[in-house]
Amino acid sequence: MLNTIRRKYGFYIVIVLFWLLMTLLKSAGALSSHFASLLVPMTYYAIAAVALNLCVGILGELSIGHAGFMCIGAFSGAIFSLLTKEALPGALRFFLAFLVGIALAALFGFLIGIPVLRLKGDYLAIVTLAFGEIIKNILQAVYFGVDSKGVHLALDMTDFTLEPDGLTLIKGPQGVSGTPRDSSFTVGIIVLLLALVLVHHLMDSRDGRAIMAIRDNRIAAEATGIHVTRYKMLAFTLSAAIAGAAGVLFSHNVTTMTNITNYFNYNASIMLLVYVVLGGIGNINGSVVAAMILYLLPEMMRGLQRYRMLIYAIVLILMMLFNWSPALVEKRRKAVAWLKNKLPGRGKGVA
Amino acid sequence: MSFLNYLINGLSLGSVYAIIALGYTMVYGIAKMLNFAHGDIIMVGSYIVYSAMSMAGMHPAIAILIAMVGCMVLGVVTERVAYRPLRGASSSLAVLITAIGVSYLLQNIALLVFGADTKAFTSVINWKGITLFDGELQIRGTTIITIAVGLLVLFGLQAFIHRTKSGQAMLAVAQDRGAATLCGIDVNKTIAITFAIGSSLAAVAGVLFCSTYPTITPYIGSMPGIKAFVAAVFGGIGSIPGAMIGGLTLGVIEILSRTYISSQLSEAIVFAILIVVLLVKPTGLLGKRVMEKV
Repeated sequence: MLNTIRRKYGFYIVIVLFWLLMTLLKSAGALSSHFASLLVPMTYYAIAAVALNLCVGILGELSIGHAGFMCIGAFSGAIFSLLTKEALPGALRFFLAFLVGIALAALFGFLIGIPVLRLKGDYLAIVTLAFGEIIKNILQAVYFGVDSKGVHLALDMTDFTLEPDGLTLIKGPQGVSGTPRDSSFTVGIIVLLLALVLVHHLMDSRDGRAIMAIRDNRIAAEATGIHVTRYKMLAFTLSAAIAGAAGVLFSHNVTTMTNITNYFNYNASIMLLVYVVLGGIGNINGSVVAAMILYLLPEMMRGLQRYRMLIYAIVLILMMLFNWSPALVEKRRKAVAWLKNKLPGRGKGVA
Repeated sequence: MSFLNYLINGLSLGSVYAIIALGYTMVYGIAKMLNFAHGDIIMVGSYIVYSAMSMAGMHPAIAILIAMVGCMVLGVVTERVAYRPLRGASSSLAVLITAIGVSYLLQNIALLVFGADTKAFTSVINWKGITLFDGELQIRGTTIITIAVGLLVLFGLQAFIHRTKSGQAMLAVAQDRGAATLCGIDVNKTIAITFAIGSSLAAVAGVLFCSTYPTITPYIGSMPGIKAFVAAVFGGIGSIPGAMIGGLTLGVIEILSRTYISSQLSEAIVFAILIVVLLVKPTGLLGKRVMEKV
């Protein structure tokens, strides 16, 4: 018990120290502008990875559509901010934008969860992928705006005309632009900490234990009286909501969301999955570290230009083989045991 | 009449999806893994044909043969190096992520070798096609040949699986790997053969796809790849006739919805239909229902 507490709070302290270090370095001008621009994305990818790990690691259902929930959070948050740009002061507006983004992502998570969670394994994964692609596809195709006559929605630019006082919110493939740049590294770290506290707390709670029991053995869990559908829905909705928060940070950082395909298609979902698997399935803190490092890795290799993604791919394959191959895992275990025997003072270790 | 034209175009695109989906479904059924790099094998096949024809000036038939052999070797090597060591890993996600790594790797190698610019692919099929009903219905040669190749592949594969020893071994491994080993079937060899067939089919699909949509970039494989995956799931993953039906249905739905509903939303419609099918029949159209043991 003491150990888990130390591990949990220790990690919060590490994050706060990381924030302190980066903020100090930034104010001292020691960070290059390129590196400084990576700080906010690092936080939202870490948050999204935590969200996905809740779904994949804690609930035990593979989702390849979490970028879709991020997309919903990003769009709804950005639209809210655009609508209230003049009416509300910055901080309050951003806070409410978070609530809107989280609420809508959660709503979609709930609605999508109803059909999705009836399926199993890879079928569930492919349906989440399908939902993610549908969300992206629709948001990329619609024109959406408001004016004095009400709300306008169209699929074609020619059908889309607003009164002079109108405000275009989504402009088809050009997406949403003019979102205030409210995201900052500090806000990102705060949201990340909140997400971590929430997920850790859930894991230690009765609800969380029920969710993990379903993951480990659904039938046994059901037999002990756990309402499987309810807890699955709870975890999936919460996971979508956290991904939505990451989306709000995203849209208030890039401010102009054009060509969203690159950010929210299945490749983006897969990238989040890579973070989760390399950080450790079910290891929430690991997701944060993996997301930050793996996001930085290709960005820091910009000097290598054309070779950086090639190197990234090779590193990814080698890391997977090294971490997961049964033969290598066995060899590593033996090597560690051998070393323990050889090292003086610890000689009585059992091989 | 134009409807018939669109329908035939849909069947042609569907045949390409079906050939790719066959590779997906075989690998899934036998090795129990989602091979996300399968789409990129298509891309590699197209680039091989492109280089052999445009740069070396070879005859299309020889170019296709080289591409098939090349992709076959590539498929077997990736299986040996990247996937086989992970067989028996504690999580099935491990090999999925490795496949994603292989996908990135192939894309980036292609990017380095051929550059990011779009290459114009010369269609390997020169036949103009046929004209019916006094010119009201024109069917392009590419379309006819694509559909014909699709059917040929389906029947060839069915014959291979049901008539040959290796094919029977595949069925056995798909059903129960442990029991197959006990019967003296070399599981590793069987899986390698599966990858070899699936990858060489991907090369064929790549050539057909690029003959219809004549451009190549390092990323062309990913979208047909993911759609073929959808087709395989749609038809019931692991089932060969299912992959064929799924592929053809998907192609027809895509072309018809692009024409009659909305070109931007055609992808969303395809995915929405997949979801509906899976909700009604959770294991796809022809998938086998696996009973759950307590």
